Order: sequence, then C-alpha cells, then structure tokens
Amino acid sequence: MTFINYASREINCKIVYYGPGLCGKTTNLQYIFDSTAPQSKGKLISLATETDRTLFFDFMPLELGTVRGFKTRFHLYTVPGQVFYDASRKLILKGVDGVVFVADSQEERMDANIESLYNLEENLQSQGYDLMNIPYVLQLNKRDLPNVVPVPDLAAELHRKSEPVIEAVAATGVGVFDTLKAVAKQVLTELRKS
Amino acid sequence: MADTPIVMREQQYHQIKAVLAKLRLDSSARVAFLVDKDGQQIAVHGDVSTLDTTSLASLAAGNVAATTGMAQLIGEKEFPTLSHEGERESIHISVIGRVLLIVVFDERSSLGLVKLRVKQASVELASIFEEVIRESSKKETAEASLFAEITDEDIDSLFN
Ligand SMILES: Nc1nc2c(ncn2[C@@H]2O[C@H](COP(=O)(O)OP(=O)(O)O)[C@@H](O)[C@H]2O)c(=O)[nH]1
Ligand SMILES: [Mg+2]
Repeated sequence: MTFINYASREINCKIVYYGPGLCGKTTNLQYIFDSTAPQSKGKLISLATETDRTLFFDFMPLELGTVRGFKTRFHLYTVPGQVFYDASRKLILKGVDGVVFVADSQEERMDANIESLYNLEENLQSQGYDLMNIPYVLQLNKRDLPNVVPVPDLAAELHRKSEPVIEAVAATGVGVFDTLKAVAKQVLTELRKS
Repeated sequence: MADTPIVMREQQYHQIKAVLAKLRLDSSARVAFLVDKDGQQIAVHGDVSTLDTTSLASLAAGNVAATTGMAQLIGEKEFPTLSHEGERESIHISVIGRVLLIVVFDERSSLGLVKLRVKQASVELASIFEEVIRESSKKETAEASLFAEITDEDIDSLFN
C-alpha cells in the first residue's frame, strides 16, 4: 500500500507485473533498469532458479522525481509465471498499489494468458482487492514476433475494464515506459482521491 | 480499491528513530531497521553506508511473507521472529503487527541479547505504530488538499 512519509517527504508505491511464464515481465524490469540513471535506481534483485526462471520475485526500486515536494519511489515487482508457484504469487500481491498484466501476443500463448489473468483476478480477491477497482494496465508484449494475435482480437479477449492497452516489444524497450507511466499515473491519481 | 495509504508524521518518525537508536545501542547491533510488511522502509538507525537497505527491506518482507505462508500450512498463524546466523554477520527479524523490526548484528553482540532488547523495543514500536495507523485512517484536510492538488502535469513531469 502507498506509504507516505512526511518526515522524509517520500511516497512509496508498489507495482506488480503479472502474466504467464516467459511473457516478458523480467524483460520489462530489465529494460527499465538498463535505461535508468544510476542515482534513480537501486539494485535489480532476481530470485531466480538455476535455469533463469523467476522463483519468487524480481524487485527493483525506482525513483521518479518529486511531486509537490515529495520524492516518489516505485517498487516494481514481477511474479513467477509457472502455475505451481501460485503461493508466491499471492504473497507478492500483498499491499499492491497497481498491476501491469503482461500478455504474450503469440497465438500459442493465448490460453496461458487467459489462465494467468483469471488467476490474477482470483489472487487479488483472496487478498481483498478487486481488479475492477485498482490501478491496472494491459500490456500486449512481443508484438515483433510473426505469429501474433491481431491487437483488436487480443484486447477484446483480455481487457477487463477501460484500462490502458499498450503494445510492447519489451526486448527492445518499445512500450515499456509507456506502460509504467500509465500505471504510475493511475496510482498517483488514487492518492488524489484518498 | 487498494488499502488506504499509511501516513507517517514528523513526530512519530522521530519517536521511532529514537527507539531504534536506543535498541541499537543497548544490543550493540550494527543496524536497527523498521520496514512495513510490504517491504517499504520506514526508518533506520546505524551504519548503513555499506548496506543496501532498500533491497534488504524488500527481501526481509519476502522472507517473512514466505515463512508466514509456511506457518499457515502447518496450522500456525505466523512465526513471530526469524533469525539467520552467519559466520560473522547475523540478522534478526521480528513481526510487530504490520511492521517488521530488523536487527543486523555481528560478533560484538549475541542473538540472546538482541532478542531481549528487541522484545523491549517492540512494545514501544507497537504503540507508536498503532497511532500511525489510527491517524492514517483519519482524513486530514491539510494532506487531503496537498494530494488533491496533484495535477496531470505534475505526474507527466515525472517521466521526462
Ligand atoms: N521477441 C521477443 N522476445 C521477448 C520480448 N520480451 C521478452 N522476450 C523474451 O522472452 C523470454 C522470456 O522473457 P522473461 O522476461 O524472462 O519472461 P518472464 O517469465 O515473464 O519474466 C526471454 O527470452 C526474452 O528475451 C519481446 O517483446 N519480443
Ligand atoms: Mg521472470
């Protein structure tokens, strides 16, 4: 949950990248990490297995600058995609302020997207959240591949509300910052309401 | 809607810092560190020049979340304390409601001493934090207007 510290004048928010295995969540974080100035970021921590699959989470703190004199710090997390890591996915959603769903645009990953999105809704619910009411962005990743589902079809299948839908090629950075910006904007707008 | 934000005021922050300072001294620890259960750091006292506190906060929260998950699988609510002892450096974590108290110590201290002092500090921290939570849920006009004034331009300017 958002943490506002008046003494150190900081706002801390937590954003989680969700999606099926190998859809490009870690790649999103890696790109943000690689293109951010050293003074604005901390370490990118990956709790990965030996075969490089995310085991528990990836984590990266990112400082975006100040709003009304408050330093805004975003804590970005990814979840492990594999079905059998559901327990760790639930844990990472605790205290979340905003969610990015990274969909894999390839035809053969359609079922995996649907299953993961369903799992997100369920896990949010188990933590007391409702996807319909939290800051949320749908990213359609891997648009560079030949076998992708057309954007309108993919969006029609996966969108849940009037969330921003952003096309991306995380591997080269296309759409990565647009996605982050879209979710960060909603999180900060929530503060305005609270 | 996500949880209501936790709002920490100057005065409470300094109270917390004072408790951490005393704890560190009394337990001869390197660092005393308070983070919330989501991994966001709240206050720290001690020599942190070589310590990546942001990463430590996130990993400690992940560690507690994972062990709490394990506790529930065997029918416990949570494990209130965790300690990891290394060859020279060690970590003690205790769960105080919504926050975690982390103490980093080396051979100049001992787990027994740290546990004792942490117990005492926990009582004080719990009561300060109760107040933080209570006040966070109150709507205060000053803050309300501060954030109500955030404009789209303010937000856009973060991404330049
Ligand atoms: N062609 C292509 N490959 C991508 C893209 N994004 C990620 N990948 C690749 O997909 C694989 C899995 O990505 P990763 O970020 O580890 O997936 P995660 O399981 O969601 O964290 C890696 O080999 C990436 O290089 C993309 O936009 N286009
Ligand atoms: Mg990954």
